[in-house]
Amino acid sequence: MSFVKRLTGDASPRILWSLGILLVLLLVAPMMLGKYWLSVLILVLYFAFVGQAWNIMMGFAGQLSLGHALYAGLGGYIAAGLYSHYGIGPWAGLFAAVAAAGVAGAIVGYLGFRFSLAGVYFALLTIAFSEFTRVAFDHWEWAGGSGGLFLKVDTTTDIVNLRGGPVLFYYVILALAAGAFVLCRALLESRLGRYWLAIREDAEAAQAVGVPVLRCKMIAIVISAALTALAGVWNAFYYNNLFPETAFAMGRSIEITLAPIIGGLGTLFGPIVGAVVLTGLGEIFTDLGEALRIPGIKQIFYGLALLVIVMYRPAGLWPWLADKLGLKERQP
Amino acid sequence: MTSDFLLNLAQAVTKGLLTGMVYGLMALGLSVIFGVMRVVNFAHGEMMVVGMYLAWMGFEYLEVSPLLSLPLIAAIFFAVGYGLQRSLISPFIGRPEHQQFLLLLAVAILLVNACLAIAGPDSRGVQMESQFDSYELGPLVLDAVRLHAALAAVAIALLLWLFFSRTRTGKSIRAAADNHLAALVVGLDVRRLYAFTFGVGAACVGAAGALMITIIPVTPFLAAEYTLLAFVIVIVGGLGSMTGALMGGLLIGVSEAVAGLLVQPSLKSMFSFGLLILVLLLRPQGLFGKSNS
Repeated sequence: MSFVKRLTGDASPRILWSLGILLVLLLVAPMMLGKYWLSVLILVLYFAFVGQAWNIMMGFAGQLSLGHALYAGLGGYIAAGLYSHYGIGPWAGLFAAVAAAGVAGAIVGYLGFRFSLAGVYFALLTIAFSEFTRVAFDHWEWAGGSGGLFLKVDTTTDIVNLRGGPVLFYYVILALAAGAFVLCRALLESRLGRYWLAIREDAEAAQAVGVPVLRCKMIAIVISAALTALAGVWNAFYYNNLFPETAFAMGRSIEITLAPIIGGLGTLFGPIVGAVVLTGLGEIFTDLGEALRIPGIKQIFYGLALLVIVMYRPAGLWPWLADKLGLKERQP
Repeated sequence: MTSDFLLNLAQAVTKGLLTGMVYGLMALGLSVIFGVMRVVNFAHGEMMVVGMYLAWMGFEYLEVSPLLSLPLIAAIFFAVGYGLQRSLISPFIGRPEHQQFLLLLAVAILLVNACLAIAGPDSRGVQMESQFDSYELGPLVLDAVRLHAALAAVAIALLLWLFFSRTRTGKSIRAAADNHLAALVVGLDVRRLYAFTFGVGAACVGAAGALMITIIPVTPFLAAEYTLLAFVIVIVGGLGSMTGALMGGLLIGVSEAVAGLLVQPSLKSMFSFGLLILVLLLRPQGLFGKSNS
């Protein structure tokens, strides 16, 4: 009970009620929504989840990673490879996937932090590792090489092997997104969370007052990588195919960062708001693009939207929205 | 057998050196912009691709050789770069990196998709008369187009060096890069100098694009690759160092060509990224950069 109390802590009843209603709505959503809207909602939840994972590193601990595709790609490839080669189901495979991504994160983090790379330099290191892995997977036979790795499409529901239709995947990603939300709240309220914020604001000062900076940064990157690997596993089984060109692409890393940056870095609701806005805009612009029949026009609208948001709401949409709604998320 | 191999290797190294000069010019633009205003141009490869398309259009519709349209393209890039810095980028100087990243990412998305919308997804190349000409240097054969592009790149780099070392504006820009506050104190118009710098950096990459189109055809999808390549080159050479960018370009150009000869061509970028990781960790100021500490 004390854990729940700590989690809810000083959150206003309005927020708690809204969250409760939102959760109930999300739980019954598959019964109300058609196929198209369910697929959109799945995308929103996916980006909210993976954004939450990235936000731990950048929003909480202040370490800019532009190579998170590495962890998602590793996770997806390992779980899918174990399943297609040895019949090991994803619920067991995800332990291997999470472990591998955690180790990869620890290596990237240890090298980067130990050699005190900061800002852009650290970001470039994460990109380099992700690209390096992409080329390696291009040439790795077990993982299908550049030809890709495919899972047999099977829509009969089989929860043990995570095979089934969109509704199954919807509930899995909903559980992941909700779990990550609660986890992030718990982390922020913990001593570790306070340490992260201290490091984000001023690493040298944090070090001076006795915060174990290296250890805290390492924990941030490992948790973040592990959660991202879960998203990768889910992604692999939802789409049934993996290619190095897309799984480890810089574009994949970038799309992971967008929802939290647009929504509001370091906030709990930022990644969720960002995922809703970006997925919504993406769908609208796809329709518009199909109507206009000009190649690239969808992306042009998307780029314009990003430009407008970063110029007028550089701190993200959520802090501004929360202010308008009279909900101040405490900015520690 | 061995002499054949050595000749092939020498041939590959020469080819790599020539391409590497153009890479160097591209990276020079990125390095100048970062060195002066500490903004990482995430739209660099996209700007390169725009330069390639402009040169292709000049050739395709107006029948002007890319080498002749280069000065005009560089001038256009300078003007657009100047305006872009003044309007969009200026407020973001000194802001957190992720905000600069998002801003330039949006610019990158706009540029590359404008190319896609105008020229389509097919690859576009120029077929020049000198396409099949070559020069012989002892046993080595130098492609004429590659040699011309490399010489032009070196000439432009030389001009840039003269600009930064001899002209008043160039010296002022270096002063502003060295000490922002002191530059303001002595009355330099730093905002204008920054815009000028972005213009110069953009002109470099536009010119590099005009040269590159004579060597390989362009598609919109090259853009992201060039952005990464430019990053690798400037970090390996030393971010903010002019010689570093040029030497880094040569190094990466040669390594690509040699990797294509010795191992599978598709593995060539693995070497570049491996090198990037090593340099970041062991010598973050770059192989040719000066240490800050």
